[in-house]
Amino acid sequence: MLYAVVSGFGAALVAPLIHQSVRRWSGWLLVLLPLALFGYFASHMEQISDGEKIAFAYTWVPSLDVELAFMLDGLSLLFVLLVSGIGALIVLYGSAYLADHPQLGRFYAYLLMFMASMLGVALADNLITLFIFWELTSISSYLLIAFKHDYESSREAAKKALIVTGAGGLALLAGLILVGIEADTWTISELASRKDVIQEGGLYLPALLLILVGCFAKSAQFPFHFWLPYAMEAPTPVSAYLHSATMVKAGVYLLARLHPSLGGTDEWHAIVTGVGGLTMLIAGFIAWQHTDLKKILAYTTISALGILVFLLGIGTGLAVKGAMIFLLVHSLYKGALFMVAGSIDHETGTRDIAQLGDLAKSMPFTAVGAGLAALSMAGLPPLLGFIGKEIIYEATQEAHDLLPLVLTAAALLANIFNVAAAAMVTLKPFTGQAAHTPKHPHEAPLAMWIGPVVLGGFTLAFGVASNLLLKDFFAQTVAAVYGKPYEVKLGLWHGLNTTLVLSVVTLVAGGLLYAYLRQILPIVKPLNVGEKLGPDRLYDIGFEGILDFASLTERFFQNGHLRYYLMTIIFTLSSLLILTMTTQIDFDSIQLNVDDVLLHEYLLAGLMIAAAITITMTSSRLMAVAALGVVGYSVALLYVFYGAPDLAMTQFSIETLSVVVLVLVLYRLPKFKDFSTPRSRARDGIIAVMFGGLVTTLILIITSEPLQSRLSPYFAENSYVLAKGHNVVNVILVDFRGFDTMGEITVLGVAAIGIFALLKLRPSSRKEE
Amino acid sequence: MPSLILSTATRYLLPLMLLFSVFVLIRGHNEPGGGFIGGLVASTAYALYAISSGVEKARAALPIEPRYIIAVGLGIAVTSGMISMILGDPFMTSQWLDTVFPVIGKVGTPVMFDTGVYLVVIGVTLTIIFNLAEGE
Repeated sequence: MLYAVVSGFGAALVAPLIHQSVRRWSGWLLVLLPLALFGYFASHMEQISDGEKIAFAYTWVPSLDVELAFMLDGLSLLFVLLVSGIGALIVLYGSAYLADHPQLGRFYAYLLMFMASMLGVALADNLITLFIFWELTSISSYLLIAFKHDYESSREAAKKALIVTGAGGLALLAGLILVGIEADTWTISELASRKDVIQEGGLYLPALLLILVGCFAKSAQFPFHFWLPYAMEAPTPVSAYLHSATMVKAGVYLLARLHPSLGGTDEWHAIVTGVGGLTMLIAGFIAWQHTDLKKILAYTTISALGILVFLLGIGTGLAVKGAMIFLLVHSLYKGALFMVAGSIDHETGTRDIAQLGDLAKSMPFTAVGAGLAALSMAGLPPLLGFIGKEIIYEATQEAHDLLPLVLTAAALLANIFNVAAAAMVTLKPFTGQAAHTPKHPHEAPLAMWIGPVVLGGFTLAFGVASNLLLKDFFAQTVAAVYGKPYEVKLGLWHGLNTTLVLSVVTLVAGGLLYAYLRQILPIVKPLNVGEKLGPDRLYDIGFEGILDFASLTERFFQNGHLRYYLMTIIFTLSSLLILTMTTQIDFDSIQLNVDDVLLHEYLLAGLMIAAAITITMTSSRLMAVAALGVVGYSVALLYVFYGAPDLAMTQFSIETLSVVVLVLVLYRLPKFKDFSTPRSRARDGIIAVMFGGLVTTLILIITSEPLQSRLSPYFAENSYVLAKGHNVVNVILVDFRGFDTMGEITVLGVAAIGIFALLKLRPSSRKEE
Repeated sequence: MPSLILSTATRYLLPLMLLFSVFVLIRGHNEPGGGFIGGLVASTAYALYAISSGVEKARAALPIEPRYIIAVGLGIAVTSGMISMILGDPFMTSQWLDTVFPVIGKVGTPVMFDTGVYLVVIGVTLTIIFNLAEGE
């Protein structure tokens, strides 16, 4: 199974090359991979329907308990089939949609990378593995939204999507870790059995909230929904695939996946149902006020995601069944409709429904796909959408623990909006009077209409033969989410009951809304305050605020004067240390033992003090450098006296080179002049004395404690035994702590490159060339 | 103002100091010394040469650009760490040959790593000194 996941990443690497070598047929060649994956996963259908689970685990980071663990059950099978199946259609569709685009190869690469990541999300059985694939989907989504990167709007949209979903991802990581700690396992399939431990633990609420933020951001739930309409900047195949059928459902997937372990509490019901319900109503309400095909579809997508979250929030067996069926319904019809929208845009040159009409004659195949999808979206029998909607109504009426009346009313309203939107995206463009479009409309190529037709066909087949095709499989899917076995019965006819009445009301009201759209629009327009005060605006304000704050602090701290940097660093360090010392250190214990100091050591110390004073007093730079050298050599001599030959040798060499470098620098400085005022000198003096005093006190504190180290004896004993060297210092440098040294020499190299750039790559010297 | 005494002396000092730096590098594993100190001694030698005879001559005395020496040194250091990975141990586990060579002594990846350090130090110091001395 690992190969099934990784193959997508591998294919992403070679996709641009394949595209370059076969050009026109690259789409038909690359589609083989998602098709093969679809076949591979579909071959497990029977096993899964019998209630089996297929698990694979590969050790990855054993020290952190992170495994590449994958598990195929009813829920993940539904997702991977959608991802690979729709993926195959999208690869084909994209090959025709972007046929003339110079970067089509790159497009395939991103798309396949996304597909592999999404398969990883759906199959992962380890919390950390899941998170990694989750983030990979965000990154590939970012790359795909910014595919037309020469447009600023694309870049902005991509950034917005990445920041919102990325921030959600961080919250999710924190939440997953909390769950992992509380449950004491990182394996997702083990979480459900520890439900009680998790839900009674103190970390339950923070973990739940963090995970919900992650899921809501990913699945575009209020108030994080605003990135999704912008994401429609991406090429339409991407919108069809990522931003309606698959990626945005990752949040829903995770909610479903964690429902057995986190769900069922009051907090879960209140937040998940509330947010989902709010989202489906707000987005549904906005959807039919737009005229851009993709915008309408984007908002209905948000609304549909809201319905899914809403149902998972209710969490009864019936609601879960409704959510799972509706998830399939929505992926099928929304994927198809997005492709249709893209085809219309591609063939007519516009996506504005006001400019479209009577396309059914010129684009017959596309119209068939669109018609089936829209009928399913509106929830008409005998399509699968009808069954989905019926179950939703049944579920809301039976949610006795919550507020069945309110929930049913909310679902009804959301579905009415959905019907109107479905009519808008198909009735308007495909029927009625022919309109004048920028391009003369004609049928899209086979690769582009096959997708909607196939998806529409599935919707019809599943609708007609729902019990035969889906019953056993969905019993497993629902069981995986519900946490216990649940009998699934599906069918078009449920008898004359309230649910059927509700379905009829939905259709009639939705139809009326569409018919009287022109009269209704002006009335509701003033209600749209969201655009000015909504989370989107908040995001913009927040983003600008961060940038302003950054430039403010940068101007203050990065003022370009080395002396102020030094002053700030030293002053901050000393203040903090002094503050800590005054509260933590017992000064009485400090002893100064001068009995065994020898005469030449006194002399050396005196020499250093004299040299240091000379540095500050002299008005000659050369003198200062020389005096600095005296201090350095004296320190080196101290090392010699106290038996540290390695340090002494290093210090001697460093001092020599420092003097050389300083002399070279001095030679370029302007003539020495005294600019400093007495006040600034007093300030520098205070800071210098403060720091000097601090270091002295620190040394006194350290030396008055008996030196206890487990490291020194360890190194001394093992230097030769383990590292075959007698020089402990060097053995530490190149062996015991070799990794540190590796970092240090790397930093040295980088610093040298920086110095080289500063000295040699000045703008002025470039001009001269 | 090139001084005749200094430049004459340096001509003999340079090879001696370089030899000494290699000696310091090799003895480092058992006696005071090592790649870092050795590198500094070698750099001092070239710095002295640059001061007495000019940067151009000092550059000519080096086989390659100091910047490239950094890259070579880092490469050697990383490679020395990778050898253990090929042999199945974690990164940077030290590996030793059993035979003891005359003069050099035991040979193993830490010695190779130290050679990398030696070269990086030379490269960094000389990049700084040469570029400072040359000006823009």
